[in-house]
Parts: sequence; C-alpha cells; structure tokens
Amino acid sequence: MSALPHASAGVPANPGTALREHAFTFLVWLLLLSMPYWMGAVGGYTELASRVVIMGLAAMALNFLLGFTGVLSFGHAAYFGLGAYGVAMTVKYLAPSTPLGLLVGVAVATVAAAVIGGLIRKMRGVYFAMVTIAFGQVFYFITFRWNTVTGGDDGLTGWRRVPLHLGFTNVPIDTNDKAFYYFALAIFAACVAVMAFILRSPFGRSLIAIRENERRARFLGIPVEQHIWISFVISAFFAAVAGGLYALLNNFVDPRALRWDMSGNFVIMAVLGGMRSFWGPLIGAAIFVALQDYVSSQTENWMSFIGTFFILVVLFFPRGVLGLIKRRASK
Amino acid sequence: MSQHNPLDTKISRRRLIQAAAATALTGPYIISARGEQPVKLGLDNPLTGTYAAVGKNEMIGCQLAIEEINKKGGILGRPAQLIVEDSTSGDAGTAVQKARKLFERDGVDFLLGNVNSALSLAMADVAFEKKKILMVTGGHTDAVTGTTCHWNVFRICNTTQMEANAVAPALVKNAGKKWYYITPDYAFGHTLQSGLEKAGAKLGVTKVGGDLTPLGTTDFSSYLIKAQAANPDVLMLLVQGNDMINCLKQAVQFGLDKKLHIAGGQQELEPLEGLPPEARIGTWVFEWYWNQPGVAGVKEFVDAIKKKTGRVPTARTWFGFASVWACALGANEAKSLDGIKVAKALQDFKLPPHVACMPDAPFFRAGQNQLIPNLYVGHAQAKGPAGPDDLFKVTDVVKGPDAAGTLEESGCKMTWPSA
Amino acid sequence: MTQLILFNVFNGLIVGAFYALMALGLSLILNLSGVINFAHGGFLALGAYIAYSLLPFTGFWGALVIAPVLTAVIGLIVERVLIRPLYGRDPLYSLLLTFGLAYVLEDVARAIWGAQSVPFQVPASLTTPLSAQFFFLTGYRIFMVVLVAAAVGGLFFILNRTRLGMRIRAGTSDLETVSTLGVNVRILRNLNFGLGIYLAGLAGVLAAGLLGLEPTIGTSLIMPSFVAIIVGGLGSLPGTLLGGLLIGVASGITTVYFPSATEAVIYVMMGIVLLIRPRGLLGEEGRLQ
Repeated sequence: MSALPHASAGVPANPGTALREHAFTFLVWLLLLSMPYWMGAVGGYTELASRVVIMGLAAMALNFLLGFTGVLSFGHAAYFGLGAYGVAMTVKYLAPSTPLGLLVGVAVATVAAAVIGGLIRKMRGVYFAMVTIAFGQVFYFITFRWNTVTGGDDGLTGWRRVPLHLGFTNVPIDTNDKAFYYFALAIFAACVAVMAFILRSPFGRSLIAIRENERRARFLGIPVEQHIWISFVISAFFAAVAGGLYALLNNFVDPRALRWDMSGNFVIMAVLGGMRSFWGPLIGAAIFVALQDYVSSQTENWMSFIGTFFILVVLFFPRGVLGLIKRRASK
Repeated sequence: MSQHNPLDTKISRRRLIQAAAATALTGPYIISARGEQPVKLGLDNPLTGTYAAVGKNEMIGCQLAIEEINKKGGILGRPAQLIVEDSTSGDAGTAVQKARKLFERDGVDFLLGNVNSALSLAMADVAFEKKKILMVTGGHTDAVTGTTCHWNVFRICNTTQMEANAVAPALVKNAGKKWYYITPDYAFGHTLQSGLEKAGAKLGVTKVGGDLTPLGTTDFSSYLIKAQAANPDVLMLLVQGNDMINCLKQAVQFGLDKKLHIAGGQQELEPLEGLPPEARIGTWVFEWYWNQPGVAGVKEFVDAIKKKTGRVPTARTWFGFASVWACALGANEAKSLDGIKVAKALQDFKLPPHVACMPDAPFFRAGQNQLIPNLYVGHAQAKGPAGPDDLFKVTDVVKGPDAAGTLEESGCKMTWPSA
Repeated sequence: MTQLILFNVFNGLIVGAFYALMALGLSLILNLSGVINFAHGGFLALGAYIAYSLLPFTGFWGALVIAPVLTAVIGLIVERVLIRPLYGRDPLYSLLLTFGLAYVLEDVARAIWGAQSVPFQVPASLTTPLSAQFFFLTGYRIFMVVLVAAAVGGLFFILNRTRLGMRIRAGTSDLETVSTLGVNVRILRNLNFGLGIYLAGLAGVLAAGLLGLEPTIGTSLIMPSFVAIIVGGLGSLPGTLLGGLLIGVASGITTVYFPSATEAVIYVMMGIVLLIRPRGLLGEEGRLQ
C-alpha cells in the first residue's frame, strides 16, 4: 500500500500524531460547544456562530470531494441551494415541519447530484471544473426564472422556522438564537461523524488512493468513475444539509445562494483551512466568515480585501492554515 | 518554473500573518462608553454590486440627516449615530445577517433599508422579532405596506400602484391608448405592470402586448423587435437601473423613439445620468426631483448634498434623508425609543417642510405606515436650463392622496401587539 | 412571422458575434495555459472604462484602438506576477486566483469610476439604423460585426501564419515538447494571455456602446462565454466561434416563440451537447483531461 503523506482523515501515522489528532478534535468540539458564550466577547454574535457551523459543514462537504477524492467541483452551491429551497418550499407550501423540510431539500439535491455526477464522471481537471460551474449556473438560472414557484429574484419569503416537536419537548429554534445554534451543531455533528466514518472505511481509503494517483488506483482494480460518482453524490448530500440549515437560519432563501460566487467561497474555505485535513475546511470557514463579517463592516471596499485575500492564500498559503501547522509540527 | 527561496516565502508569510493579526486586534470590537450613549440607527443597504449606486445615494442622505439632527439636539437629547452595513447585492443571507448584527451586537434602535424589496421583507421579519421599527428606504413592491404589512414596517418610497396612478393620465393625454410593456420579471415589475394596467383600464387603455425580461438582461434587441412589430402607441419600459440603461440605449439606437412614444413608470436620475444625451428621452414619473424652485426646504437640502458630494441629490438621497428624520421625529414625538410607542406616534404623522422638500406635506397613512408624498410626472431631457444635472422636466406634480388609492385597495390589515 | 424570425436570426448572429469575441479570448487562455480566467469579465470592464477615460482625448476611434492594448498590457503584468507562479500546480489554484482577481477588478473599477453608470457616447454616425424596415441593423451593430470578423480574422492569421501563432497552436497540443524544442514557454504563455485579454478589452469597448457602463458590466457576460466554449468544443477556436454564434441565434429565435426561455435555451443546448457529444461540436478527442 502506498505510504500516505501525513495523517489524513484522522488516521494517525504514529502514536504521537494520534494523540495530537485527538487533542485537536477535542479542542475543536470544546470551542464549538461553547461558541455562543464566547462569541459575544470577541465582537461576534450568536447568529455568526451558526453561520460558521453551517458554512463549515458546506466546506467540509465540498472537501470530501475536493480534498479527499481530488476532484474539483466549482458548482457545489447548486446542491447547497437546492437543499435550501427544498426546506423553504416544504415549510411554505407543504407542511410546517423542519425535519420534513430538511429531508425534502436533501433528497432533491441528492437526486440532482446523482444525475449530474453521472453525466460528468468521465471528465477531469479543468474541463470538469468548467462543467460543474456551468451546471451550477443552470440551477441558479432555474431558481431565478421559475419565479412563480421559487419567488425568483425576490427569493422565497413568508415562512419561518418551525419549533421542533420532539414528542417530549418543543425546542424553540424559531425564537431562540442559541437553541437554533445547538440544533445546527447537532446536525453538523451527525454529518461530520458520518463523513469521518466513510473516510475511514475501505471506500474512503480508495477515494484517497484515487486522489493520490488515479492511474494506479485503476490498476489496483478500483472502479474509479463509479467511486467518483458516489463521492460526488455524498458530497452534495452534505452540502444540501448545510443549505437547508442556511435557509432556516435566514428564514429566507434566494437564487444567489446557488451562484458561482457562493461555490467559490466554499472552495476558498476548504483551501484556506487546509484541504488535506479533516477539520481544515471548518477552520477555513470560521476565518472566512469572521473576516467577511468584519471587513464588510469596516469598509465599502471589502471586495478588494477579500479578493486580495484569495490571491494571497493561493500564492502563499496553498496548504492552508492546518497544512502550515502540520508542516511546522512534523519538523 | 521560478523557484521561490523557501526562506523568502517563510518570512513574507510570517509578515502577512503578523499584519493580519495586528489589524484584527485594533478593531473596534470594544465599544467604549463615553458619556452619553448615542441613539443608534442601522442602515442595511447595498454598497457594492448591481444596486451600489442607489444604495450609496440613500446612505449619503442618511448621513446628512444624522448631521442635521445632531446639530438640532439629537434624538431625545442624545446624539444620533448611523451604523452602516453593506447588504451587498449578493446572497440575501448577508442582508439578514447584517440586520441581526446591527440589532444584537450594535444595539440599534431603528433599522433602515433595503433597496431590494425582497430583502426589505426579510429584514422586516428580523425587526418584527426584535419589536423594532424598520424604515424601508427603497423597496417599492406593494406587499411591503400591503398584503404583508406589519405594525413595525414603515415605507418612505412609493408603492408601484401609486406610481402607476400618477403617470397614467399624462400618458393617455400625450401619447395614446395602445400600450406595449417590457417588464422586468420580478415582483416590482409585476406589480408595476398590473398597477399600470389597472390605472390605464380606467382611462380606456388597451394592452397590445408585453414581454417579461429577466433581471440583468443586457441585450433587449429581440424584445424591441417584437415590440415594434406589435405597433403600439406607447412602449412602456418598466425595467430599472442597468436594465433601463441598456434598454433605452438600444431603443434609441433603433430609432424607436421616432416611431412611437417611449415611457414607463418609475424613473430615476441615476440611470439618466448614465445614458448618453441622445438617449435621455421618454415620459416617466419621479418620486422626488431636485429642481423645485420656490419649494420650502429644497434649496438647503440640495446645497448641503452638493457640498458633501459635488452632485445633486437624487430621489434616493432624499429617501435616506427622510427615513432617518422620520425615525428621529417619531422618537421625539413619542418621547420614547420603544418600537410600539414610536410606531403609534408616526400614524398620520406629517413630515415638516425642511424634511419633506416638496409642495405638499407628506404623511404616513395610518393603518398602512406608507408615506403619501407628491409624485413628479414629466419627461427626460438631454440637458436642462438649471444645469448639467437637470435631466428631467417636471410637467405635473401629483398630490399623493390623488395617486394613492384607498387603504382597502392596498390590502393591508395591520395588527398591533397587545404589549 | 417569417419576417420576425428572419430579423431575430440576423440579430442573433450579431449578438452571437459579440459572445464569440468574448469566448475566444477565454478559450485562448484556457487552451494553452489551462487557466479558467474568471477575471475575464473584469478585464472587459477595465477595457471599457479605459476607453471611457480616453474618450475626451482621443475620441471614440482612438479609444477603440488604444484601450484594448492598454488592457492587454495590464493582462501581461497580471500573468507575469500572479498567474505564472501557479503553472504546474493543480488548476484549482489558478481558478481561485482569477476568482479573487475578479473581485478586485470590480472593486477597483468602482473605486476609480464610481458605482454610478457613466455615459459612454459613440459617434452619431454609428447610432442610426440603416433603414426604417431593418431598424435593428444600426450602424453600430454592423460595425461591431465587422470588427469582430476582423478580430477573428486577425486572430486566425496570427495563429496560422506567424511563428508566435504556430507555437501557440503547438503548445496547445503538447506544451512539454514545445518546451524541449527550445521555445521559451513562459513568454509564450505570457503573450497568449495578453492576446486573450486584448480580445476581452476589445469586447469591453464594444459593449460600452450597447450597454450601460458600470462596474459589473462584465459579470453577466462570462456565463454565455463558458457555454459557448463547452458547446463549441474545448480546445477548438473555430468551435468557440461557432458556439458563440449558435448561442446568439438560438436565443434570438427562442424569443419569438418562448420569450421566457430565451436564456434557458443556451443551457439546454449545453446539456444536449454534453449528453450526446461531450467533447463539444468541434472539440478534439482526449481534451477532457
């Protein structure tokens, strides 16, 4: 078996690294669980914390494909957005139920990803990226133009989060910011656990093999196209969950959630945090969301800052924050 | 490929991180309490992207109002402060996030915005939750003070029905009764068109055809070809902003203005300024215009804005200006910052001349929270007598109540909280 | 009805020619360097704004000549400083870089020229229709088609008759071999990028005559270019040209029958092409990598 560089997917290369990995995971969870309480002190607010978690999930979903399978999708906002619209339309038109909304949103997005993934699984590299961009744009276009159903440019309003009826108690996620944060965090935790589980499984190992060297993987008998297809669908699935949560966060959804700049944001989050590590995208999302929030309040020219930031990350930090830390640590 | 000296990269990377950390730490996260706590108003408006031009003009109006209010003693004796957030013209989540930020982190007492009607509705929801007032500065769609009206949502700019009612008579008189519509395909466009159809029907107007164009259309040639083939008297261009510029430019290049009358509903100074002189044509309705000789308050306002920016104020500037003043006056009238009390104080509230800047005093109609102002019907001109900014000739100042329709027609059924 | 269709076909060719111009620049850069230039719309806007600033000094014709050249120079600098370090790395990075660059270009345009649309005036001689019946054939639109034809002709001349062009074509097929044959690949990529940006700048000046000139003028034009490339075929410049024209005509005809589907049709076309012939109409085999 080829020697995998560094520890990836949380599987330690040696006991020392294992301890560091576990400690890091523990730290991340500690911060996440307590975020609403220390967010205010650093100039944030609870809603920002929810946003970090949701974007983090989306970035990690993308990274399942990008960082672990080595396939560049620049159109993931489409599935994110479909998840969002699924929730919004279900709550508004079908039944005021949060779980049902999430289910519908995720189902729609997964089906779409299955179809599209099937169409493009033979493509690679730049062409694959272009086609994902184009398909992402198709969905943007549909939500934008089908305005009798989706509300078009005006977005879908007139609905709100519905409190969770858990049988023994009602969770007031509609009125209580903190309640919503922990709800989002719970879903995040479930998704992350499943992702980690998949990555540790033989299937996950084969994805990493494909990333490292596709030809060799093929010679080893791995059905590369099929695996890429499945990875694509899994990644879209989790992106849709994030999208559903996003719609619930805003009580609003509009076509721009599916546009290519949203896709680009997910990619930059993954790269910024470190594509090769599991928690990287979450770190990247935290930095990006906080940065954007802060800079856009300070200056009208935040676009120059964010754009320059992208450029600097690409030129100087291609391995991302966690990649940098790992390299320092392993010296 | 050129090799970077690894040492170079490391040093520059470190410097970058240090620079970033330094900037972050000097952020104004810690709000120092010095003396009187100001009354904060939050503006959540687009400053970048497609709507940047009008969004920024609204912001300038807001800023001027804050300066004037503080010169006159502030709100309830405390200084007024404007906190501005960019809702961007991108994803709506940002607008909602900024609204929450303004309420939770900055503790604003009033929320203002947005240019985009849909975002106004989303922000209204946040304000409703916090029991604070939202003053809608620029979203025109009827629903905001119509079917989805709330006690806490007030609107300065007009509804599309009001604009339609104002301009229809002039068109019938001067141009004709066969109308073709080019309508932007979103709520604003739909309601403006149905408003015009309703107003026109009362005057015997027939619709000979129409097309819905997606927002952001750059090439209108195929729509214009179709329009011309339908042989209307009037070509109604309801598109706004950049779409308006593109469409008018192309219509004039096709020589359509010589064959039929070009007109529409809402028009603003910003697109007219962006058009080449030969394309500044057509009959439109403005919501406010700077060249009003003899009307109280106008000269002071225009001069103040000219001093601030070097340009004349547009209707958008006035929207921002009046919005902030309305909040301040409402608070002073109610002697409180409590949302419900201020909202009640603003029912049927008339804006004073130095804020109104129009012939008849505009007022917030009770039960609807919609400002009923004058409307200015006229035609665009390449250049006017009052200077290079005089791009609109007002032929008719319509009184608000005449154009407004009844409260019932608006569809607003307002409920007040029992608290 | 036939007149309406005919009008729209002609008009569609005119619009398609414009899309093709934009797409060709994008395609040039993509084929040789493997870079998806998200900032292409930003360069288009830059070209337009530079022309606008030159108008009082050089008039329209002077601006038309000078502005694309200046834009290309900026393109050359950008390629040298920002993009060159990324060759040989995963294409992801150049994509992200141009993405960030697009943000910066839009913001710089807004900072320098303002968010407000600025009035761009073309000579009166061009803005009148040629005949009352064919009113959509304005002098400007005809001029635009002529200019695009000239630019395309010039491009194909450069590619087929000059040494630079030959090297670009060779490099598009196999850059490694070209390099071992002693060609300075860095300069080649640089010049190729500059050529692509020249086309973007030219498209910008032309666009300013038709559309409102404001900082986001380029962003809506990028997507049709992508579709033109995918439909026409990756790696094929004639394909891109064909793709652009097809999109224009298809949109035009659709407006007659299904006005609301005018834009949708280009995505439908893309979907069909990807299903039936994934390498595009004139695309080359093996270009999918």
